[in-house]
Amino acid sequence: MSYCSNADLGGHDGYGAVRPEPEGELFHAPWEPRVLALNLAMGATGLWNLDAVRAARETLADYRDLSYYEIWLAGLEKLLLQSGAVQADEIAQARSMHPARVAAQMLHADQVQAVLARGAPTTRQPIRPARYAPGQWVRTSATAPQHHTRLPGYARGKRGVIERVHGAHVFADTHARGLGEQPQWLYTVVFDGTELWGAAASHQASQVSVDAWEPYLAPLA
Amino acid sequence: MRALESVLIQKGYVDPAALDALIDTYQTRVGPRNGARVVARAWCDAEFRRRLLEDATAAIASLGFSGRQGEHLVAVENTPQLHNMVVCTLCSCYPWPVLGLPPTWYKSASYRARAVRDPRGVLKDFGVELPATMRIRVWDSTAEVRYLVVPQRPAGSFHLDERELAELVTRDSMIGTGLARQPGVAPAATPSS
Repeated sequence: MSYCSNADLGGHDGYGAVRPEPEGELFHAPWEPRVLALNLAMGATGLWNLDAVRAARETLADYRDLSYYEIWLAGLEKLLLQSGAVQADEIAQARSMHPARVAAQMLHADQVQAVLARGAPTTRQPIRPARYAPGQWVRTSATAPQHHTRLPGYARGKRGVIERVHGAHVFADTHARGLGEQPQWLYTVVFDGTELWGAAASHQASQVSVDAWEPYLAPLA
Repeated sequence: MRALESVLIQKGYVDPAALDALIDTYQTRVGPRNGARVVARAWCDAEFRRRLLEDATAAIASLGFSGRQGEHLVAVENTPQLHNMVVCTLCSCYPWPVLGLPPTWYKSASYRARAVRDPRGVLKDFGVELPATMRIRVWDSTAEVRYLVVPQRPAGSFHLDERELAELVTRDSMIGTGLARQPGVAPAATPSS
């Protein structure tokens, strides 16, 4: 059973020009900032983590038909239902009909600045030394994903060079599935444009990097 | 949307005043002028520039910017030979403490699909044409590291102070879809707006 992320768009054909917008133009309807704030406030309850949020959004069947904040709203509803925090009849009737989950921590207005300022660092104490060092060649995993992962499709099965070592970070692949943080070393791996996209002249002066956790990589013999 | 909001408030998950505080933060307090201050400081202060390129999280925190979606920052510097551009092909990862919320185009399928494969084509959409000899490096933000581009300081800006320099630093120049403005040139009209 393979896993399909509808959000993995890098390198796909068929999209038109990018439409620039002036600085400061962030929302296009009054409900959009409300959805943003609801997502941030519910994120602070501890009912789920950011990797689970990304997994919930990218597996929405209609992901590619939805606008950005429609995705955020649909993802939030999905997480609320999955976690049992809210039930479908409550959303339908717009009122609370069942007891709340006690595990939830409410974010109070007077805590907002402190919580945002603190953020949620993902670096952790490593349990073993890093396997790779800058300058080393690696090949990325070519396996089709079976669950949430952060190795984009275009960078699967490709040869690249370790450029930076970022320390051990919470591993998105396990964290998203409720299997714990299982910290892994994180690297910036850089690929030549020609390795990713073919030998055309237009790809020869470009490089692309991804940040990849150690389990995505194998040494290049 | 309102229905969901009422349910979450009634169930005691969400404080309505916290929603207002969150919105106010990203509409009025945290935005790309923060990043512009970082870049202007790096242009003026060689020691700060060195610290920024070595440990951006610490250097940027020393100016008072830190937190959510900027816990692990890396600054990448443009040079006459190299142009950097940042994308998140998998979702919309973006350095909030220095740039605020991402613009709609950054989150669009078009930018995410094309930035990695055709960065020069994307730059043309922004009215930017780089010399053919300039190398391009695209940073796909696939984990929790967030990237800030330090654009090249424009020619003819040597007489400006740090505050005046910050006004030349556009949001797009810190994502890598634009360049810093030339002194004395009014903010360019955005091509398609």
